[in-house]
Parts: sequence; C-alpha cells; structure tokens
Amino acid sequence: MPTDLHRIRITFAKDGPLQYTSHLDLARMWERSLRRGGMGLAYSGGFNPHPRLQLAAALPLGHTGEAELLDVWLEQSIRTADFVRAVVPVLPKGLTMREVRQVELKGPALQTQIVSAEYLATVEWDESREQVEARVVRVLAAEELAHERRGRRYDLRPLIERLRLERAGAGKAVLAMQLAARAGATGRPEAVLEILGMGEAFAHYHRRRLVIGARSTMADLPES
Amino acid sequence: MQIDPNVLEHILPTVQKPGRYVGGEYNSIVKDWEATPTRVCLAFPDIYDLGMSNLGLAILYDVINGLPDVLAERTYAPWVDMIAALREARIPLYSLESKRPLADFDIVGFSLAYEQLFTNVLEMLDLAGLPLRASERDERHPLIIAGGHATFNPEPVADFIDGFVIGDGEEAIVEVMRAYQATRDEPREAQLRALAQVPGVYVPRFYDVQYCTPSTSSGHNGTVAAIEPNVPEAQLPVLKRVVSPLPPPPTRLIVPAVDVSHNRATIEIQRGCTRGCRFCQAGMVLRPVRERPVEEVLEAIEAILRQTGFDEMGLLSLSSSDYSDIGRLVAAIDERFGDAHLSISLPALRADSFSVGLAEAIARGRHTGFTFAPEAATERMRGVINKPISTEQMIDVAREVFERGWRTIKLYFMIGLPGEQIEDVRAIADLARAVREVGRKVHGRKAQVNVSVNTFVPKPHTPLQWAKLEPEESIREKQALLGRELRRQGLKLSTSDPAESMLEAALARGDRRLGAVVQRAWELGARFDAWGEQRNLSAWWQAFAEIGLDPSFYAQRERPPDEILPWEVVSAGVRKRFLRQETERSQRGETLADCRERCHGCGILTTCGDSWTEDWCCPEPTEHATRST
Repeated sequence: MPTDLHRIRITFAKDGPLQYTSHLDLARMWERSLRRGGMGLAYSGGFNPHPRLQLAAALPLGHTGEAELLDVWLEQSIRTADFVRAVVPVLPKGLTMREVRQVELKGPALQTQIVSAEYLATVEWDESREQVEARVVRVLAAEELAHERRGRRYDLRPLIERLRLERAGAGKAVLAMQLAARAGATGRPEAVLEILGMGEAFAHYHRRRLVIGARSTMADLPES
Repeated sequence: MQIDPNVLEHILPTVQKPGRYVGGEYNSIVKDWEATPTRVCLAFPDIYDLGMSNLGLAILYDVINGLPDVLAERTYAPWVDMIAALREARIPLYSLESKRPLADFDIVGFSLAYEQLFTNVLEMLDLAGLPLRASERDERHPLIIAGGHATFNPEPVADFIDGFVIGDGEEAIVEVMRAYQATRDEPREAQLRALAQVPGVYVPRFYDVQYCTPSTSSGHNGTVAAIEPNVPEAQLPVLKRVVSPLPPPPTRLIVPAVDVSHNRATIEIQRGCTRGCRFCQAGMVLRPVRERPVEEVLEAIEAILRQTGFDEMGLLSLSSSDYSDIGRLVAAIDERFGDAHLSISLPALRADSFSVGLAEAIARGRHTGFTFAPEAATERMRGVINKPISTEQMIDVAREVFERGWRTIKLYFMIGLPGEQIEDVRAIADLARAVREVGRKVHGRKAQVNVSVNTFVPKPHTPLQWAKLEPEESIREKQALLGRELRRQGLKLSTSDPAESMLEAALARGDRRLGAVVQRAWELGARFDAWGEQRNLSAWWQAFAEIGLDPSFYAQRERPPDEILPWEVVSAGVRKRFLRQETERSQRGETLADCRERCHGCGILTTCGDSWTEDWCCPEPTEHATRST
C-alpha cells in the first residue's frame, strides 16, 4: 500500500452535453479525465480494486449543477496549480472545474457532510408573479405537506428550508429553494414543484450549491 | 440548418437514455461546417449503445477527419421512443456533432455489419427525409454509400444504396471522397460513374441482373441467369480492397458520456484468420491475415490511456491465439502496464493449454467467464466444418480453466450443419455435461457451464454457401432434445429462434428482388430486426407473400454448383474452385491444416496480389496450391 496519499476536493459544474449523464457515468467520466491528466489515482484494495473517488451527492439525470463536490485520492503529491494545469485541458465539454484544494486525508466522507442543497427551478408557467407568489406563501405557511414517494408517505415541509420566487412572467417562473440533503431526509425539487401544484409543467432543475454542515470539524489543509 | 435546440430540449426528458442523442463527447470532432467543403455523415444502423463499440466506424471517423477538407460526423438509429418523438416534432434525423439533418451532408455512409440491420437503414433514410430508392435520388440528395461485412452480399439492399465499399475501407474511403469532390457539381450519373472507378466500389445501378424463367434453358426458375455491367467503368466482379500493411490503429477514440455496451477501447491486433472454418464468413472475406507489430500495439495502448482515459481495453482479432507474438505481447503488456490498473481482455482464444495460460496472464487475478467455441462435438462434424478440436482436448482445457480459478465456462455450438445426425446433437449435450462434471470436481455447485447453440446459416463466400438451412421442425426437435439433456444444475442452454434463422438465411443469400421485400417489410413495421422484442417476423412473411417471393427459395434450397450466385458480383478474393474443393472435403469430413502452416491455394495471393506486402501471413504457396489457382 502506498504511504503517500493525498485527498483533493474538487468543486465543479456539470451542464451542457452532460446534462443527461447519470451519477455513475459521471464518476467514470471523472476517473477517465483524471487518468488523461496523468493523475496517479489511488485504488481501493480487495478483490476488485477501483479508483478512490467520492461524489458528494448524486445529481439526478437531467439536472445541471454549478458547484458539485468530488473528493479524489491520489498517490502523488501535487500542487493544486499543477493539478489544474494538467486536468483542465482534458476535461470533457460540460465539466468545468471551479475550485481545487487539498483536504485532510482522514476527514469524514463527503456524503456524510452534506446537509442541504440549493436549487433553481425554471418552469414553463403562464401565471403572473402574484399568482405564483401566492402558491409559495401557501406552501411556506403550511405546517405539514403530505407527499408520497415510491409508495411511502412523508412530510415534505421540514425538508424545505428556504423557498423563494425569483421571478415570473413571459411564460416562465424561476424558483429558488434550499432543501434538506441528509441521509433519510432529502428534499427533491420535483416534489416541491408538485406540492406547489406546478408538477405537470416542463421544468429544468439546476443545483446551485451543496451545503456542508456546521457539524463538520474537518479543517482544510493550507496550500502546499 | 441545425435543428432547433429548444425542441430537442423538450423531447429529451421524455425518452429513455437521452444522453445518447446529445453528442459533445470527449474526442468527438466538430469542424467548422462553413469552412469545410466536403461533409460526410457516418451512420450506424443500430442504437448508440452498440454503435459506439464499432471499430469500423471509429477508423473511418479518424481517417476522414484527418483530411483537412472533409469532415465526418456521426448518427445512430434512435430507439423506437425517440423515433416516435422525432416524427411527432417533425425533427429529421440529425448528426450528433453539429445537430444537422442528414440531408445536409454530401455523403452518408452506412455501416452494415449484418443483414438484420437493413430495415433500420430504411428507417433512418426515411427519418432523414430522403427517398429510399437510389433511383429516386439525384445530385440534390447526399450520396448514400455502405460498407461492412453484409456488403459481401449487397444485392438485397442494392435498390437503396448508391455505392458499396467492399473490403477494407481505410484507403477506399479517401478515394471515394476524391471521386465525389471531382464530380460534386455534376449530375448524379456522372458522380456514380466516378465512384464506380474506385477499386472496390460496387455501384448496383451499373449492373443488370436477369433471372431464369421456366422458358430459360439453363438454371432453376428464379435463379440468376446473368449479371452484366452496363457501363465500361463497372468491374465484374468488384474485388474487395485489401489494406496492407495495416495502418496504426486509431487511438483518439470517442469517450461516451453514458454507459454503452463494451464500454472500453478496442485495439485490432490482427485482421483476417487462417483457421479456415468452413461456415465462417469473416474468415473467408477478411483474408489475408495481416498482423500489427507488438510494438505498435503497445504504443496504441499507451496512447489510448493518455488520450481517452479508458482503463478497459479489448484486443480484437478473429483468433487471438494465432497472433504470432501473442505470448510476447501479453508479457510485454504485463511488464509495461502492470501497475496501471488496466483491464485488458483477449477474446477469441483457441481451446488449448497455451491459450489458457495467456488468458490467465492477462486476467491478472480477475476470473470472469471463459468462452470457447468448439461448434461441433463429434469427429464427423468437426471434419465438416474444419474445426478439429478433439473432445479429449476440450475436456483437458476445461479442467485447466476450472483449476486456475474460473468458475464459468461458456461454450458455443452449432446445429443444422450438412450431414448432421441426431447423435451429433446428442454429443453436444454429452460434451457440455462432461465439461460441467469437470467443473463440479473443482468448484462443486459453483461451477457453471453456459451453452449457446446457434443454428447454422449458410453464408456467401464460404465453402458451405451452397448448403441449405435446415427445416424449422427439425431444428426445433434438436433444440428440444438439447433442452431435455441439459436441464440440470450448473448448466444453462440458450438457442436461437428458427424463424429468425430463416429470415437471416433468406437475406444472407438473397438477390436483388429482395429489395422490394425489405422495403415492404419496413412499411409494414419491421425494424430493429436483431432485437428480440422489436422483431416483427410476421411483417416479413407478409412482405414476402405480397411481393410474391418465397423465403425458403433463398434459405432452404441447396444450390447446385453451377448456379450463378447473386453475391458473385463482388469478390472476396477467394476462388470459387477453392470453395468447391472445400465443399467436397467437407462432405468427406477431411480437415485442412491452418493455412499459416501450409498454403492451400485459396486464390487470395493471385486475385489480390497487387496489394501483397510482406505483412501478409501467407506462407510460400506450395506447388499444389499454385496449380489449383
């Protein structure tokens, strides 16, 4: 086992032709991009070794994302500037690196640190600003919002941390929302649209950012 | 004009796996449309998931885009839900790179790997808004060309294709481009004449075919009476192209953004095969064997790793064990890439001990399934097909495979071969059970033997091309017997649908008149004929009936040796006399040595002699061989 392991956290955007690339395919795409960049990927042990890569939260098919998070383990020590220089030219269209930093090797898994996610939903909708605003107010005022997913009933209301109408008119409504994103408590923007009574419309979902929880005690390493 | 992205955006969320219609993949090439004078669309007549692993398409994409004044883009058959969505939204079939309609291109090149893709070609032409028949198209429409294995009998689709490129496409395609560029402002007839002058290109329009009628003195009613060129440029036969030496393989392969079947890089280590199995069309039409040097393969692996990031690669060849330096190649791969976590697969291995060793070296601890294709289980049948792997050898190899850690073996067999008796079929079951028994001793209940039994379909340009497809009831009986004999723990049997084999056999050995049947079948809803759930055999049978042709005339009729065969309009370079001699040896159950050891005079050295280079793996022809050519 190599002794010199490094953990790199990448913030990236996923859009364009990658809108319809699934979570699993995205992981594979990152692997291949890093390999093209000549990065020494660290591999897991065991019977079926695979590169050590962790995406923070699955981005559903069809959604785009602006600040997705990925942790990758490398067997080499590398300055982030060199990493960027090597990898950016070999990224596929639709994958854009926004930030790279080294993080603590022994820190908790990315997935466990995410607590919420911010979305922007752009909906084809003909109502006026006042009308959509009224829907939003109704949802936020509710004490309970019964919803069903895959046969299970649950309360959507506590999963909606923030909800705001950004703008509406000219056939389009844009809603911004922050939803819970923890194990067992994940709000889906589609569910919010449904509960607003707008679920039938054509919509595009864009994840603006993932919120890392305050309970995380992980410190980022200084630039090496 | 590019298709409306807004409309596409609304369609994509409504179809399965929308990522395959989007393009933008790493290594896909989008040249400046306005600045590039000649535009080609490479069309694969099945879905993206299958097309992405097609090496022929990858080679042509690479070659064409390498020309400064030509661009190549790709299109694949949309799945049925997308076809419906495109039709409803009135969006024509478009290329992935620039989202332009096929009709905007100068040339559309279809890759025809097998007969079941014919109706998809029509579907795609129709989706593109192009007239299906070559006779209905002119200089306002793109030139429609086709390449691939199925072009070795181009006749059933001769009505729809302007020109077939027979054999290796790397050099021919450039010549086709040049011929097109020289005549781009001329009428379609002149363009086709220029095309016909490119060696290896078959332009059906320039050949007239006459059929025997009851009043014709020679030949069975309905067979071909004569094939005649009607312009001086038309060669008869059209001889396939042979590229020698093989140019370096493409390495800047397109990396799919969605999962596809065979999601890995492919490197062709050799083209052609010298085993001479009598049923095998690939072995006959891809002669002569040309290998890529070990160093070139290693460099390709290196380049692919750097340029694509694929960590899984497949070394392609019809018979890997026969690659001269296979041992050295495997060792070199291990030495050079051992630490790179590469997973390299080496399919098409022979059933012998050496090959098992190779497989283990390349597997490096991972033991998925191991595949062998004995095809026959008795000495009689092995003599018929010229694949003499003894039962004893098969068992020994199987034992070694199991002992080295593999738990699953897949066996391919063939039934319906000429001269087959019921004992030959029973022997298949016996052999499969014996292999399983060997496995059980090593792995107990975990040993698994998967048996795939296909029905022999006579293919053009092979020694068995005159044989007939066995009747359906007889095949079903044999399949039922195998089903009974193999219904036990650790064994799994899969067979092919005899009705499907009938269609395949009719199209494989069809003539030009089948064009009307292909079109009618498509009109009646046939498409994706290689896909179980989409296959619409009743549309085919209805089409045959309406056109007044009988599929069994093509499929189940044994052809007399002197019959003019429709596919003789093209030549694979192998002499008919050699094929006849092979037929006779087949009937006597006589096997032939691998022709790397001894030349049997198949004719390739003479017919394609102009393309000969030292890279050919033909040995010195024996005196006997020279005499018979």
